[in-house]
Amino acid sequence: MQSVYIVGTGQTPVAEHWEHTATVLAWQALRGAFGTVAPERVGALYVANALGGALGTQSQLGAAIAATAGMRGVEAHVIEAGGASGGVALRQACLAVASGAHDLVAVVGVEKATDVLDGRLEAGLALGLDSDWEAVHGVTLTAQWAMLMRRYMHQYGYTAADFAPFPVNAHANGAANPNALYRFPINPQKVETATMVADPLGLLDCSTVADGAAALLVASEGFARELGTRRVRIAGSSVTTDALALGRRADPLWLEAAARSSAAALRSARLTHADVDVLELTDPHGIAAALALEANGFAERGTAVQLAREGSITPHGSTPLATGGGCKARGDTVGANGVYQVIELVRQLHGEAQAAQVPNARVALAQCLGGVGATAATHILVAE
Amino acid sequence: MDLAKHWRQRAARYRLEGQRNRATGEVRFPPEPLVSDADAWEAFTFSGRGLVYSFSVVRQPPDGYESQVPYVVALIKLEEGPLITAQITDCDVTDVQIDMPVEATTRRLRDLGPEGLLLYAYKFRPRLS
Repeated sequence: MQSVYIVGTGQTPVAEHWEHTATVLAWQALRGAFGTVAPERVGALYVANALGGALGTQSQLGAAIAATAGMRGVEAHVIEAGGASGGVALRQACLAVASGAHDLVAVVGVEKATDVLDGRLEAGLALGLDSDWEAVHGVTLTAQWAMLMRRYMHQYGYTAADFAPFPVNAHANGAANPNALYRFPINPQKVETATMVADPLGLLDCSTVADGAAALLVASEGFARELGTRRVRIAGSSVTTDALALGRRADPLWLEAAARSSAAALRSARLTHADVDVLELTDPHGIAAALALEANGFAERGTAVQLAREGSITPHGSTPLATGGGCKARGDTVGANGVYQVIELVRQLHGEAQAAQVPNARVALAQCLGGVGATAATHILVAE
Repeated sequence: MDLAKHWRQRAARYRLEGQRNRATGEVRFPPEPLVSDADAWEAFTFSGRGLVYSFSVVRQPPDGYESQVPYVVALIKLEEGPLITAQITDCDVTDVQIDMPVEATTRRLRDLGPEGLLLYAYKFRPRLS
């Protein structure tokens, strides 16, 4: 298998982009990723999108975006794996380049969520749960995480307030990210007194779903050398799955797919979690970040919340998390999250993250989850 | 209309019918498709008794559930073993606790509109007996 490199990134701000369609947002992000590279040189386009079908936006976004973004005729299709779509699309790009099928491919994650009202959006997000055995009972994705949070609190003796360091860290970092939805800090008191969304999850421990697009150019070593620009190597890549329904898992507090995906990606990179300098996880709520930290081996079970309380997840801690604001402050773009994550980590590996820069970041881990971890996609990035 | 989509789950939704392995006695809910091992599993009706494993109160509902807000969704650990998702009914949202004993009851889940179904299935309530 050939080595695979990220040679270009582009993104739109995460926002309520009422004036733009999904196709236009994707085109804007791709334009940034292409830079001086001619779009005609791309061999394939992988579009990550979770809600387009559910919200009735547009099918065949692959063809639509390819035509608009100057790649008419190219192999293109949508990859849907809920919140893991972005990571799964990048996995397809890695396979295409590593196999030699293409020298250069593009990945674009795009989500257009603000055209619909909240009830329809919640129903769209709930399609990622098991529709016959969970969603039919009126369960939302947020309520799923809330149930895990309450059980975690019960099992390990935490209060809801103990989770506040996650959104507080996300907002502190998001304030420094010009593309973040929320660019202001919050304090633990505000988190504690916020209105309930799905008890025990309050408004300030819940991400806001918004619009945005993020794009990557993925190239072979030969193409990367020809281009001569700065690059990041994708050293490991893995996608795994688990049962959709929480009840079908042996232990709902253990994100098995996340654990296996992370272990496989690190193994293929010949690295361990101790080598990782900075990471991006699916963190719409503190509980999601905590369970992912534990599944990925960055914390013992039941200790991730304590780790956050000690400040380890800040840019100067031992396990820097959400340096671009995470799902909470950057904004939750669902199917595009996995691509935004990778762009933030490329920024870290290039030393461009300014106030949120992790000192000497050389190895980064990006993991995105679909639903409550039914799909997990993990990538290991190494500075060249 | 979604008729068949809900009709085919009727045994599980109305009777809490899952499956039991004839050889090992293992039980499971929801029932799974029987392909190569059709004879290994038989229908098994659960008692409906269980304990609350965890729960949440939904305040921002998906379309179709607005009229029920706020409502309690829970993971219920059935006394026979399986963990299932359902609503908790017949009590105040502040009365629910982890490990609370509950029992299944058949209730309306939602109204699919003038041309659709009235959707019924199991919910759980604080145990009466």
